[in-house]
Amino acid sequence: MSIELEIQIVAVVVSVSCSLAGVFLVLRRMALMSDAISHTVLLGIVLVFFVTRDISSPFLVLGAAAMGVATVGLVELMRRTRLVREDASIGLVFPALFSIAVILITRYAGSVHLDTDAVLLGEIAFAPFRRLEVNGVDLGPRSLWVMGGILLLNITFIALLYKELKLSTFDPGLAAALGFAPGLLHYAFMTLVSITAVGAFDTVGSILVVALMITPPATAYLLSDSLPRVLILSAVIAAVAALAGFWTAWLVDASIAGCMATAAGLLFLLAFLLAPERGVIAMARRRERQRWEFARLMLAIHLLHHEGAAEAAEESREAHLGEHLRWKPAFARRVVREAEEDALLVRLGDGRLELTDTGRDSARRAMLM
Amino acid sequence: MNPFRDLLFDYTLRTVALGAGTLGIVAGALGTYAVLRRQSLLGDAISHAALPGIVLAFILTGTRSTLVLVLGAAIAGWLGTLVVMTVVRHSRVPEDSALGIVLSVFFGAGLVLLTYVQKLPDASQAGLDRFLFGQAATMLERDVGVIAALGAIALLAVVIFWKEFKLLSFDPEFGAALGMPMRAIDILLTTFLVIAIVIGLQTVGVVLMSAMVIAPAAAARQWTNSLSIMVLLAAAFGALAGVTGAVLSASAEHVPTGPTIVLAATMLVLISMAVAPERGLVWAAFRRRRQRSRIRADAVLGDLYALAAQHEGEHAHHVSVIEAMRAGRTDVRRALTVLEERGLARSDPAGGWTITPEGRAEAEQGANESGESA
Repeated sequence: MSIELEIQIVAVVVSVSCSLAGVFLVLRRMALMSDAISHTVLLGIVLVFFVTRDISSPFLVLGAAAMGVATVGLVELMRRTRLVREDASIGLVFPALFSIAVILITRYAGSVHLDTDAVLLGEIAFAPFRRLEVNGVDLGPRSLWVMGGILLLNITFIALLYKELKLSTFDPGLAAALGFAPGLLHYAFMTLVSITAVGAFDTVGSILVVALMITPPATAYLLSDSLPRVLILSAVIAAVAALAGFWTAWLVDASIAGCMATAAGLLFLLAFLLAPERGVIAMARRRERQRWEFARLMLAIHLLHHEGAAEAAEESREAHLGEHLRWKPAFARRVVREAEEDALLVRLGDGRLELTDTGRDSARRAMLM
Repeated sequence: MNPFRDLLFDYTLRTVALGAGTLGIVAGALGTYAVLRRQSLLGDAISHAALPGIVLAFILTGTRSTLVLVLGAAIAGWLGTLVVMTVVRHSRVPEDSALGIVLSVFFGAGLVLLTYVQKLPDASQAGLDRFLFGQAATMLERDVGVIAALGAIALLAVVIFWKEFKLLSFDPEFGAALGMPMRAIDILLTTFLVIAIVIGLQTVGVVLMSAMVIAPAAAARQWTNSLSIMVLLAAAFGALAGVTGAVLSASAEHVPTGPTIVLAATMLVLISMAVAPERGLVWAAFRRRRQRSRIRADAVLGDLYALAAQHEGEHAHHVSVIEAMRAGRTDVRRALTVLEERGLARSDPAGGWTITPEGRAEAEQGANESGESA
């Protein structure tokens, strides 16, 4: 397998894992916990390293994941004192833990290659060079095995606990009442997030972990209302971002992680603008359409209101609309034309307008509503 | 090595301490509003979003001067805030997700630019790195000047727009009803928050900046309910954390300044949470103990009264009787001691306990107040 292909596969596996876990982070309004965890895992790694003195020990992953859960616990603890709000708690806990990690590294592990640069940025390009060897057989990049396992873990967790996750996300009260143990589920889920963050962080750095956990799910959230579809869309969008990012980085010779994050951001931008129904453009069009609909209805109501009365002749003149409804002439002209096209009214020869039966119906219905 | 003497005479330490202290004041003051408006993590997003601005400023102007880079950071940070606000207003993406998106995508774009810069013939973007992790130790007096000048502008704005910012933080609807341009004021406040953040980036770095915005304000909050005092206190705490961090990191080997400052600030928060009057956890614990003790004493007093009512004249009862009445769930002995100290009960050498006349009066008063008979 070529190096490029291996990197791409790792990139896709990482992004899909992150985005699947991220769907529930976004929906549970816990997006920034991913930012916190992806930073505090460093402290977990450092602490375990001090014990094992082995940079490639598997315990590092466990220690880091444990630190991730501890972060959630600490934030919760702080929040429960009710002296500090939740968002402030997050912003206090993770910088403190990260600071401890940086100080420990600089002071005691300066000679070891535990690089703070790699922490933030990761380096997926190195993935193919760290192989997994069992009994001397090269089984491929280590990251692929680790992240592949984590991807499997994510899929299994979500598949097995789908109902519980869904209910506790959208209706925690009911979940608790039904005995779904949302508290336990919460911590189990955060453990999953920590493990995913640690695995991914090794490959792509903490910032990209955040980008991949939040951006594809948010994008999918703009495109669908159905949870299964959001999950699938997130995975697909994440994979696309990973590949697009990789190829751009390859062409421009820039940071792969950075390009992946940017690609994810661009996809979000596209959805933000172009999503059917929820995109900015779609909503603007709908508002515009509703504006003209409303104007036509107002015209019909206006005509109905004055129909059969003494001033009907005057009030139903097209030119009069400017005075009574404060419409500019061009606007009034268009509304009248469209109303006529909709068979709401007919134009009489002398400049007056007369409601049709359809028009009268619509006006009456609107007023009853 | 006397830290205080060094503070005055060591150029590096003096510069770093001054810079960090100034940063603390500005971040603390403006962070107060962020914390009160539940926008704590906006600081995190802004500091990460600043990266592409810094790199672009360098690419476009070719200089690594602090003022230019800070300006670039400010523009990018400000744009980031704009994006967050737009996304939240025009889609159903929740605010924390919007913050996360801006934070990570902008930063990622910054990384791309950074790797591009690395390949320019003018190489060494080491100067740009200092914004990432903060390299307070390489601060020059000139840098402190820039920090101080920009910081002063931000603080001046806080003073000038005091009423507007206060209204925006606590009752924006009322402000809107008064006809004040709340959106414009919001943008104004956010702009100065951005300034406060970008001047701190080279001291503590992108990752830790959010703490400098939140911690002094969170600490100050524990000590007061008044906005003006909170802002002043937050500024003071920020300065304290900055200077302390600078001094501490200088006095030890291989201790980076930024993280030390952040830890100092966090310690201030923890201490404030523990011992601040009224809100402090330590006092809350004392209060709870006192209340529990009082409830216990009242319950036991009630028991003594009930026992006395069953006998003509005085009759002492042993502790175990009362303990049985309380079904073993209360520390009766301690309650009896308290009652004796207050003169409401009396013990005899044989270990029997009786209620005193004062005790009776107290028990009856208690019964009347709660509307039930003893």
